[in-house]
Amino acid sequence: MTQTSTEIAARVGEILDAHEGVEGALLPILHAIQAAYGYVPRDALPIIAKRLNLTRAEVHGVMSFYHDFREDPAGKHVLKLCRAEACQAMGGDRVAQHAQNRLGIEWHETTKDGRITLEPVFCLGLCACAPAALVDGKVVGRVDEARLDAIIEGVR
Amino acid sequence: MKIYVPRDAAARGLGADDVAAAILAEAGKRNIPVELIRNGSRGMVWLEPLVEVASDAGRLAFGPMTPADVPALFADLAQHPKALGLTEALPWMAKQTRLTFARVGVIDPLSLADYESHGGLVGLRRALTMDSAAIVAEVTESGLRGRGGAGFPTGIKWKTVAEAKADRKYIVCNADEGDSGTFADRMLMEGDPFTLIEGMAIAGIGTGATKGFVYLRSEYPDAIEVMTAAVEIARQSGLLGPSVLGSGKAFDMEIRTGAGAYVCGEETSLLNSLEGKRGIVRAKPPLPALQGFMGKPTVVNNVISLATIPVIFEKGAGFYKDFGLGRSRGTIPLQIAGNVKHGGLFEVAFGLTLGEIVDVIGGGTATGRPVKAVQVGGPLGAYFPRSLFDTPFGYEEFGAKEGLIGHAGLVIFDETADMLKQARFAMEFCAIESCGKCTPCRIGAVRGVETVDRIAKGDTGAIPLLTDLCNTMKSGSLCALGGFTPYPVMSALTHFPDDFSPAMKEAAE
Repeated sequence: MTQTSTEIAARVGEILDAHEGVEGALLPILHAIQAAYGYVPRDALPIIAKRLNLTRAEVHGVMSFYHDFREDPAGKHVLKLCRAEACQAMGGDRVAQHAQNRLGIEWHETTKDGRITLEPVFCLGLCACAPAALVDGKVVGRVDEARLDAIIEGVR
Repeated sequence: MKIYVPRDAAARGLGADDVAAAILAEAGKRNIPVELIRNGSRGMVWLEPLVEVASDAGRLAFGPMTPADVPALFADLAQHPKALGLTEALPWMAKQTRLTFARVGVIDPLSLADYESHGGLVGLRRALTMDSAAIVAEVTESGLRGRGGAGFPTGIKWKTVAEAKADRKYIVCNADEGDSGTFADRMLMEGDPFTLIEGMAIAGIGTGATKGFVYLRSEYPDAIEVMTAAVEIARQSGLLGPSVLGSGKAFDMEIRTGAGAYVCGEETSLLNSLEGKRGIVRAKPPLPALQGFMGKPTVVNNVISLATIPVIFEKGAGFYKDFGLGRSRGTIPLQIAGNVKHGGLFEVAFGLTLGEIVDVIGGGTATGRPVKAVQVGGPLGAYFPRSLFDTPFGYEEFGAKEGLIGHAGLVIFDETADMLKQARFAMEFCAIESCGKCTPCRIGAVRGVETVDRIAKGDTGAIPLLTDLCNTMKSGSLCALGGFTPYPVMSALTHFPDDFSPAMKEAAE
C-alpha cells in the first residue's frame, strides 16, 4: 500500500465508523468522503463495499448514477450555471456560451490553470431571478455577461 | 430598531448578505442599537433584497435594496428612495390567501418562540388529542391533494399507511424540488422550517410512523442549512424525540441530501436513493404506502403537502376545504418565474385563470415583449399559448387542456422563444436524467432528440414520427419522467406549429 492509500483507508474508515447504524448510509457516506477530499478517490470504493457488504460494482454503480459525485478532483473553484427553462427564458444559454468562451472550456471541464471547473446544473430554485449560478456553493441571481465576468474575476 | 433582511437564497443571490452587513456597519457607526432578523422571503423576488423596518403602524418595506441605500434607513423613512410603504398593504401581499406560507417572511425561521406566537404547534397539539383514524379523517376531509404534482389525495395515502401492519413505518418528505420554475419548497424550508417539521410529526402520529426523512436536493445549500438547524432545535425542545411535546408518542427525523439526480423526485426512485441505491424507478405495485422505505409502509409526501397539514389542524379541515375550485381544494402557492416582470411566490385559492396569473399578477414579461408561451408544471409540463389563457388553475382543468399543474411553477417566455428548441430540450433533458429502467424513456428520449433535429433540418415528414414516439413514451414509460416528457414536446408542436416548419420560420424571419 502506498502512503496515500493508507491515509485514505484510515480516513474513509473514520467516516464509515461515523455512519455506523445509519439506515441507507451509502449516499451520506459518499457525500462525507467528497466533502473531505473534494472527490471520491477510487481507493475508497473497495473499503466502502467491504464495510457495507456490497460489491465494488454496486458502490461504483451508485456513485456513477449521481451527477454530484466526482471521480477526480475539481478545479479550485466550481462554477455551476443553471441550464433549466426559467433561466433559458432569461438568456441563460447566451450567458453559458459567454462563460465557455471566456474560460475556454466546455461543460465538466477545468481551466488549464486549475482555477475554475464549469458545470451545468438543472435548477437552483432561483427561477424568479434568472439566470442563476452557484459559485462554490454560494447562489447568485440575475447573472448576465457582466456579472459572470465579475464572478470569474472574483475567484482566484 | 428592528430590521428584517431575508436569508432566503433568492434574496442572498441578489445581494441580501451585503445589505445586512451594511446595516450592521451603519448602525455601529451611528451607535444605534439594531436587532437584525434574517427572515424568509415575502415572495416578491423582483423587490429582493426586500428590507423591512418594524414601526408602530406595522412593518415598512424597502426594496430592492443595495448597500448604498442603507444609510437612508437611519433618516426619515418616509423619504427613503426605496420606500414601498407597509408590507402587508402592498397589492402582491393583500391579494393573497396565505395559509401554508402564512409565516414565511414574517418570523425568524429558527425561533421556535416566534413560530409559536404565530400559530405554530396549535395543529400538532390538537392532533395529539386525536386518535389515528380521526387524524386521517381530518386530512381526507380537507380535500388536500399531493402538491408535488401527482395530485393524489393525501388522506387516502395516510389511511393506507395507518391501516398497514408493520413493526416500523416511515414518513418521507420529498424535498427534491427539481422542476424549473418551482421554488416553493425551498422558500418554505428556508423561511418556516418548523411548519414542515410539525406537519411531519402529525403525519407520524396519525399513521403510526416514528421516523421521518427529508430528502432534500443538494442544489439547495441554504435550505439544507436551515432545515438541519431547525431539526436540532426541535429535538432539543422536545418537539421531536421519544415523547413529542410530552405526549409519550415518539417521532424523530433526519435531513438527507440528494446528489443531483432529477429522477429522484419520483417517489420510488427517491426511496431507492434514500436506501443508498441507484435512483432507479420501482414498478408499482407494491405501493410505497405498503412497501416503501426498506420495504416498510411509508408516506411519501411533498414539502408543501406536509407543510399544509399544520394549518388544516389549526383551523380545521372545513376551513381549508372552503377555498378552491372543483376537486382542487384549498390554496396553491403559485411560483411565477422566467421572463416575468413581477416574479415570485403568490399563494391563492385554486381557480385563477392562467391569463390573470401571467398578465395581471406577473405583469407580463421582464423584457416588455409579448408573452409567447408559459410552461406550467416544470420540465414535464405543457407549454400554454395565449389562446389557452382562460384555463382556470386546477388539476382537472389543466388536465383537460393536455397539460398539468405539477408543482405549480409557471415559466414565462417572450416572443423570442423558439419552441422547437424548447421541445428538443425537453427530450434532451429526459435523455440526460432517465434512470434507464424502462425502454420508452431511456431510448425514446434519445430518438426524440434525433427526430426533433431532423425536423429542424426541414424534414417535416418526421413530425408524425415524433407524435408516434410521444404516444409510446406517454403510455409505455414506468414513471412521469418518460411519461410526461411528451407534454412539453407535443404542446410545443400543437400550439406553435410555425416553429416546426422551416418555410414558416424563414417567412417569420
